[in-house]
Amino acid sequence: MSETGRHEDVPEETLPGERETAHEGAVATAENPFADPGLPPHEHRAQDIDEQAAKRSERTVALLFVVSMIATVGFIASYVAIPIDKIVYIWPIGHISALNFALGLTLGAALFCIGAGAVHWARTLMSDEEVADERHPIEAAPEVKAKVMADFAQGAKESQMGRRKLVRNTMFGALALVPLSGVVLLRDLGPMPGTKLRTTNWKKGVRLVNQSTNLPLRPEDIAVGSLTFAKPEGLEEDDEEFAEKIAKDALMLVRIQPQNIKDKHELSWSHEGIVAYSKICTHVGCPISLYEQQTHHVLCPCHQSTFDLSDGGRVIFGPAGHALPQLHITEKDGFLEAANGFEEPVGPSFWERG
Amino acid sequence: MSNETSATTTRRGQAPRGERIADWADGRLGIYSLAKSNMRKIFPDHWSFMLGEVALYSFIIIILTGVYLTLFFHPSMAEVTYHGSYVPMQGIRMTQAFESTLNISFDVRGGLLIRQIHHWAALVFLAAMMVHMMRVFFTGAFRKPREINWLFGFLLFVLGMFTGFTGYSLPDDLLSGTGVRFIEGVILAMPLVGSYLQMFIFGGEFPGHDIIPRFFTVHVLLLPGIMLGLLVAHLILVFYHKHTQFPGAGKTNNNVVGMPLLPVYMAKAGGFFFLVFGVIAAIAAIASINPVWAIGPYRPDQVSTGAQPDWYMGFAEGLVRVMPGWEWNFWGHTVNFGVLIPIVIFPLVLVAIAVYPFVESWVKGDKREHHILDRPRNVPTRTGFGVAWLVAYFVMLIGGGNDLWATHFHLSLNSLTWFVRIGFFVLPVLAFIATKRICLGLQRRDKDKVLHGRESGIIKRLPHGEFIEVHEPLDQEQLHFLTQHEQPEPLELGPEVDENGVERKLSRSQKLRAKLSKSYYGEDNVIAKPTVEEYKEITSGHGHH
Amino acid sequence: MKKLSARRRHPLAALVVLLLALAVTGGLYAAFAPADKAQADDTAQSLAIKEGKKLFAVGCASCHGTGGQGTSDGPSLVGVGAAAVDFQVGTGRMPAQQPGAQVPRKRNIYTNAQIDQLAAYVASLGAGPSVPEKSQYNSEGANIGKGGELFRTNCAQCHNFTGKGGALTNGKFAPTLEGVDPKHIYEAMETGPQNMPSFGDGSLSQQNKKDIIAYLGAVNGDESESPGGLDLGGLGPVSEGLFGYIFGLGALIAVAIWVAARTTKAKKS
Repeated sequence: MSETGRHEDVPEETLPGERETAHEGAVATAENPFADPGLPPHEHRAQDIDEQAAKRSERTVALLFVVSMIATVGFIASYVAIPIDKIVYIWPIGHISALNFALGLTLGAALFCIGAGAVHWARTLMSDEEVADERHPIEAAPEVKAKVMADFAQGAKESQMGRRKLVRNTMFGALALVPLSGVVLLRDLGPMPGTKLRTTNWKKGVRLVNQSTNLPLRPEDIAVGSLTFAKPEGLEEDDEEFAEKIAKDALMLVRIQPQNIKDKHELSWSHEGIVAYSKICTHVGCPISLYEQQTHHVLCPCHQSTFDLSDGGRVIFGPAGHALPQLHITEKDGFLEAANGFEEPVGPSFWERG
Repeated sequence: MSNETSATTTRRGQAPRGERIADWADGRLGIYSLAKSNMRKIFPDHWSFMLGEVALYSFIIIILTGVYLTLFFHPSMAEVTYHGSYVPMQGIRMTQAFESTLNISFDVRGGLLIRQIHHWAALVFLAAMMVHMMRVFFTGAFRKPREINWLFGFLLFVLGMFTGFTGYSLPDDLLSGTGVRFIEGVILAMPLVGSYLQMFIFGGEFPGHDIIPRFFTVHVLLLPGIMLGLLVAHLILVFYHKHTQFPGAGKTNNNVVGMPLLPVYMAKAGGFFFLVFGVIAAIAAIASINPVWAIGPYRPDQVSTGAQPDWYMGFAEGLVRVMPGWEWNFWGHTVNFGVLIPIVIFPLVLVAIAVYPFVESWVKGDKREHHILDRPRNVPTRTGFGVAWLVAYFVMLIGGGNDLWATHFHLSLNSLTWFVRIGFFVLPVLAFIATKRICLGLQRRDKDKVLHGRESGIIKRLPHGEFIEVHEPLDQEQLHFLTQHEQPEPLELGPEVDENGVERKLSRSQKLRAKLSKSYYGEDNVIAKPTVEEYKEITSGHGHH
Repeated sequence: MKKLSARRRHPLAALVVLLLALAVTGGLYAAFAPADKAQADDTAQSLAIKEGKKLFAVGCASCHGTGGQGTSDGPSLVGVGAAAVDFQVGTGRMPAQQPGAQVPRKRNIYTNAQIDQLAAYVASLGAGPSVPEKSQYNSEGANIGKGGELFRTNCAQCHNFTGKGGALTNGKFAPTLEGVDPKHIYEAMETGPQNMPSFGDGSLSQQNKKDIIAYLGAVNGDESESPGGLDLGGLGPVSEGLFGYIFGLGALIAVAIWVAARTTKAKKS
């Protein structure tokens, strides 16, 4: 197959101008200069009249198929020979996996050459004469339609659907009810919401632990202009439900000069200017934490909601609908701790949030 | 149909082996009657007719590579500590889904390549569907009898988007996990049922342990299964309707001009599959995609800037990003419009393009079959609408990547967001007007060309010193091509009172329809194509100047 | 409408359109280019305090005041420490060239000795973080994996997964960390330049910082591996989508054009 492109239909090509035009397409230029002239006469390619040219095409096609075979061999060789962790520098791509590069290129070449060979074969050796096919209307002929309608009417009548209404109505009733079993079966997909969306693990007396160092935070750890992330004491990374808990408990701590805090309520929940806000965006719950220490703005990287941490976490830009929840914190025995749990649900809004 | 005594029966009554197998199959499957109408089926040649093929082949590539990936991927959210060969992840806690994705990338030979082919093919699949859809739209190929097939194609595009989303979420990396968290927010924003749906879909609180396995089922079974069905229906209809063709000499509404399936299209379409696969494999060798090892495993308290979905979801992302933060609180309930409105607009924008064929055929009152494609310039209103839709789409794509556009073009993120907010409403209108005018200009030029010939570029100096450019008359083929389109009269409402002087009742929809019809065929919206008389007068008279 | 169509063919029409387009582009750019809300930071102190003071008077005093007490154009440098000076001047951010949303990194115009003198002078104005020792930021004894996790918790939200940078509000941005000296990264964490928050030892321990720097060295250095091939800027799906459209679909359309093109005909004899 790959060695000899077949081309038996080349010699008996019809001569140019010999064939008829596809339809009425007249040359009635006198009456209508815009008339459809019909299909133009077929013109020959070099390959159709010159066996030399055809041979050249044949060799090109065969060469492409041979290159494909070589590339496949190359693929297998690369798979066997190149270690998976080998990194090579290829300009201008960079330091990349040698195996991935070699496998991809050989596979690409093997496939591409098959395609290129087939297409070149079709383009240069197979007949390129355009032919016209008739179209037929999709719509059925009137007599066909009449027959179908009659058949249907007869079938409907024989079923007695129309006459025996009780049978019909109870059947519809049964069919309408039976999918309910499927719906009921979905009930155990998950638990009821209960208060899960409203509660976090923060409550009075829970210490704030630094996410990075895993140490309880002291007020002096948090300088003006710094940013620190905290979790409730007792929550460890290898806990069973760490992800579910940190998804609600994550906290960011910043210190703002008390005179720069515009919101009185915020000030009263802060400790020496240290304020603790939920890290979970009130829009759709991304961990918002792009804190600009000079403007006290915090930006969400997902949808650019911007909150002002010096003004009660108010939304100043973007699609978030309400302020970031603040956690009331205080100091005890030199460590920061929650003075209370969150007073409102953290994270995105939901219908029952209120 | 199957007759045992075939014409080619050779001596001793034994047909060639291939024929005997075919006979056997025909006796059971009726393949000869199938082949009779299809083996030499004619397909017209045009590169833009192959965009759908690109989509089809990338879908096949996705299925082939996807099956391979399932052999190694563990759709589990059980947590493990990584000890594999990628050093910067060693000792990190992650789910098995993420761990197995790292293993596919670093410990399975060729796994990285297959992963990258799978993902690149997905991007190309959606891109090809989009461009294919635009080709069909702008050439009017969706007209009767192909409206249903247009809807099939549209559904494939929409399902493709969600298959893509569930697919790139599977590795449970920090980027896609952020996307899943977004979905949680969207579900929570549903009025009444939001918090219940969230609990049911995630099997408890976010992220839970169920969402990745559930996405896996949806991604590898449910959605591709539906898509496969739609795809087969789509292809059957393409065969059944026979392909549309561009206007030209010898091409009419009652024929299809091209080359036969066997052998030319077998070779071209079959070969094209290998070409598409080859190109995508080469891209997967050269360019990295979704390098989850650089992104890291998902943790709900971590995030990276530049958190975007794959491109086909980018337009929805844009809608969400540029939405102002509106929220309603009443009687203890909250409606999060910042999420809800974009999530409603998102399908509406898509549906606008999906129902367009039905609107157009209603406006035009056109019940005929159309197999000759329109040149976009000849239907300025449709072309204008299509461009306006694309502009709205791309403005939102910019909105979806506003942070990256801001940093890379040194713009302000906030101003860019405002630009998108306003541009989404203003730019499509401008695009509509501009496109229509360009179309009309092109129609004028066509008319000029028909009447005065082609500008030859040859400058001649007349005896009295004037310079003129010689115009060459067009041949009949071109004259036909430039004048074959139809220009129907707009729908008339008729007089407002009937012959008895009684006011006629016109329904609102009738008035709307007449108005819209004018926007297609009214005086300002079409350049009357040259008539035979005009042409004869100019050509027979003083000749070309 | 008629008028417009008639004038469209005027020889100068193209020029007018071009000028209009340029004006619109320029106008849009001016409208979107970040407004100037310059916030400079810090600079200089002493042993060679004297030398530093001289340098300070020439390069820094116009904005930060002759005594580093700050003016309306630049913040006070009292208490910012030597590390801040080393970072700001060492990365070329200071002295600032032009007002803008943010002072960008540029070529450093001072010698190391001069920077030390400036740092000494500024440190003399009030106590602050000093320039870190090499042992604090080299990769010896660092845990790359842990560094990655810390980076994703504390840094990636602004600087992207592998430190390619990202956007902040109103034209401000978190710069790319590519090619930034580990010392400067350490100093930036310690001092919080411009709008970056600081990460003092109470927030990120010294070991934490070391881990982060080691992680960055592994994923964002000159020798960093990108096993899959071109990293496309490490920006995620946006650049992947563009690449997919331009090179993926683009290449396939080019191939399709070849497949569907008419074969060259033999010359008519």
